[in-house]
Amino acid sequence: MKMQDKKQAPREYLSFTLGAEEYGIDILSVQEIRGYDVVTRIPDAPDYIKGLVNLRGTIAPVVDLRLRFKLGRADYDSLTVMIVLNVRGRVVGIVVDSVCDVVPLTADQIAPAPDFGSSFDVSYLQGLASVNERMLILIDIEKLLGSADVALYAPVAAVPPSAIAA
Amino acid sequence: MSNRILAVDDSTSMRQMVCFTLASAGFEVTEAEDGLVALEIARKQKFDLVLADVNMPNMDGFSLVRALRGLAEYKFTPMLMLTTESTTEKKLEGKAAGATGWLVKPFVPEQLISTIKRVLA
Amino acid sequence: MSIDLARFHQAFFEESFERMDAMEQGLLQLEGGADNAETINDIFRAAHSIKGGAATFGFAAVAGFTHHVETLLDSVRNGSRGVDKPLVALLLRASDQVRALLNAARDGGNADAALSLQLQAELQAALAGDTAAVVAAPACAAVVVTAAAATSGWRIVFKPHRDLFASGNDPLRILRGLGTLGELESELHFAADLPGFAEIDPQQCYLSWTLRLCGAATEAEVREMFAWVEDECDLSIAPLAAGPVESAEPVHVNVVPITAATPVAAAAVAAPAAKSRAPAESSIRVSIDKIDGLINLVGELVITQASLTQYTRGLDPLVHERLLASVQQLEHTARLLQESVMSTRMLPIDSVFSRFPRMVHDLATRLNKQVRLQTVGEATELDKSVIEKIGDPLTHLVRNCIDHGIELPAVRVAAGKPAQGTMTLTAAHQGGQIVIEVIDDGRGLSRQRILDKARANGLVISDNASDSEVWNLIFAPGFSTAAEVTDVSGRGVGMDVVRRNIESLGGEVELRSQEGEGTSVRIRLPLTLAIVDGMFVDVGGETFIVPLIGVVESLQPAPEQIRRIAGQGQVLRLRDEYIPVISARELYRVPGAAREACQSIAVIIEADGFKLALLVDDLIGQQQAVIKSLEAHFRRVFGVAGATILGDGRVALIIDVTEVVRTCGRSLAA
Repeated sequence: MKMQDKKQAPREYLSFTLGAEEYGIDILSVQEIRGYDVVTRIPDAPDYIKGLVNLRGTIAPVVDLRLRFKLGRADYDSLTVMIVLNVRGRVVGIVVDSVCDVVPLTADQIAPAPDFGSSFDVSYLQGLASVNERMLILIDIEKLLGSADVALYAPVAAVPPSAIAA
Repeated sequence: MSNRILAVDDSTSMRQMVCFTLASAGFEVTEAEDGLVALEIARKQKFDLVLADVNMPNMDGFSLVRALRGLAEYKFTPMLMLTTESTTEKKLEGKAAGATGWLVKPFVPEQLISTIKRVLA
Repeated sequence: MSIDLARFHQAFFEESFERMDAMEQGLLQLEGGADNAETINDIFRAAHSIKGGAATFGFAAVAGFTHHVETLLDSVRNGSRGVDKPLVALLLRASDQVRALLNAARDGGNADAALSLQLQAELQAALAGDTAAVVAAPACAAVVVTAAAATSGWRIVFKPHRDLFASGNDPLRILRGLGTLGELESELHFAADLPGFAEIDPQQCYLSWTLRLCGAATEAEVREMFAWVEDECDLSIAPLAAGPVESAEPVHVNVVPITAATPVAAAAVAAPAAKSRAPAESSIRVSIDKIDGLINLVGELVITQASLTQYTRGLDPLVHERLLASVQQLEHTARLLQESVMSTRMLPIDSVFSRFPRMVHDLATRLNKQVRLQTVGEATELDKSVIEKIGDPLTHLVRNCIDHGIELPAVRVAAGKPAQGTMTLTAAHQGGQIVIEVIDDGRGLSRQRILDKARANGLVISDNASDSEVWNLIFAPGFSTAAEVTDVSGRGVGMDVVRRNIESLGGEVELRSQEGEGTSVRIRLPLTLAIVDGMFVDVGGETFIVPLIGVVESLQPAPEQIRRIAGQGQVLRLRDEYIPVISARELYRVPGAAREACQSIAVIIEADGFKLALLVDDLIGQQQAVIKSLEAHFRRVFGVAGATILGDGRVALIIDVTEVVRTCGRSLAA
């Protein structure tokens, strides 16, 4: 964070839960919030990449952050929520337990993230914020989704030899 | 009512330039990309002035002027040739075809407007 | 009013480059023996128009150089100079320079000025060499200014001929013009033979004037006013200081001061800007983004329509007769709409073919070869996206063909062939695809030399390999890059790149050759990259789409057709062939137990001449699918060329046949 941000107007964050923890992401990267729908499985994708959905003509991958970071149980029912993000033109859906609210935060309300206490690698965090005695873990969603940890945009792997009919 | 001008040139950029210039001077401009098209348009609608390039496919400017002069409505209509040919020979050929006068390319928009205004005054 | 001409520059450049293309084509036609006046006229007009535009828009270097080209062309046009090979070659080089100058003018760079001068000299020499030629007037004729010192004014006697009006001229216009130069007094005279009122022909001019113009105007300025009518009147202009001017007997004298600005002229300025109408245009330029946006929307519409069809399928046709009829009508209209929107992106392949005559000409000249280029089916249309990407691979093939395929004239004659080689480019639609062929009657490929080369490179290949297997070696990466392969194979560097390019477009390349007789490269491409004709298949409840272009056939194998080869998996015996078998379920990791091969459907897919039997559970049907890129929002997935949206809104994957065959087929065959 740059110093000059401290004086600026609050930024808005969308808060959601994964298991017992509450997280926040910059609202500007949120395109829409919708229910979890049927996905088309992607061959050889890790379990947390649920598949592909049709978002009004755009085909986008869906990532279940609960599975990726082993938070809570990955149930899918009529209440399961998907946040559709648009990060630098790339559209991706993330599955979360629930969406809470929109929280305005000024820079001085955000403390740097300590090197523990989160299931995330600290480099994906923007910081921690305390709101009405709740602790909000702010995620740098662009960094997280672009990371090798999530492997959304990694180059294709070589064909597994086991794919060949025995 | 503003004067109606038929601008004929096979070059898109020249046509754009001529039409834009004349339209911004308040004239009502109709464009045609060769003599044949121009003739067809001119038969359907009367123009106060015809501005035609000489070298065009299908029907050149001289032939257009000759054909238009043969029509009763265009017997006395001013018709100017837009031409790069500055030789007397070419000018005479244009006159023989019935052209009123000419405007030698290259010209700047201001020249075009002042010439047209002089003719339509 | 000041008008910025820069707004017309883009149109000027676009148009000029188009005209240069036309000019070049015309020149090549001339060289090819066509000698009709129309071609020459077209070429002349191209140069003429570029010169005029360049001068108008202020590109002096372009206008100046093109003037010399035009002058030479004019002498050809008026028949004072014949067309020969050196002339065409010179004009081609000059047209390159016009292009270079245009580029420089557009991009703000500098063209090679020395080259301009040299070519200019050559053009002039070509013109001078022709004695009958008359040197044309310079492009921008300056008004000849007589050195007469300004006098206090001019006495002008202006006697129009009777038929002055017939040229659309009007004496009043000229008098008004003179009025702008100074203070004007006029004396009006009626003609001596003025007929009685009843006999007057109103279309004739019976008037003449004696004018006194006071002011600093030069004689040239005064003459300029009469420029359009100088051969339609008797005119004398003399300084006011000079003696009295003889004039016609004044019958009636009427002195009218004429002022410069007439109210009419002022009104014209104030009139609202009229919209220019363009009824004559038969085409318009639309940005490709707009069309692509339209195509996307239509794609969505088709998907929505498909889901409507699906939802209404179960309805009772008696109860919902009108709804079902409407849905059917919608389906029909949506399909027509999609077709017509797609067709707006279709361009004739001529836009690619047209670059080759020049290239063939230049290359053949450089290599001292004689090549005749034939094109067939230039009007065949295909999608703009394919057109854009097909140029490079085709250029490569054409270049290879002249460089390595067609022999030197002496060699050809010794082999009993005509000295001039023939290269043919063809394009044709064939069942929803376009087939492009590059055919030459050159030396062809040598099977033995390719085999030798392959073995030297460490490739294992049997002497009994089929011709197509041998020709396929040429496409192997690295194979053709060895220095001497060019001579061995008769095909040049980079055929692997050509094939990769074609395949990335969803197409395939096939090569046929007969040693000594020639070579033919056949390219098969989808007409568009936006839609694929697909076979929809079911694998464990999931839908996949196999592009039809890669499907040979599909069948339900009988148990005896399936053989197991130790350590290599299964093969399917189909007529005389043994085709490796791969299960789509395993390939795409579809959950659930695999079926026996003989309980599945085998879809025989083919790429690079290799076949593979892809086992699927069921065939759903054939349909067109709108291709969506996966990579826009996700990484590339092995064996998947893209995705599409099904009628129910779900996503289905499109199988990348080439990748699957190449990876799995090869590893089985090895």
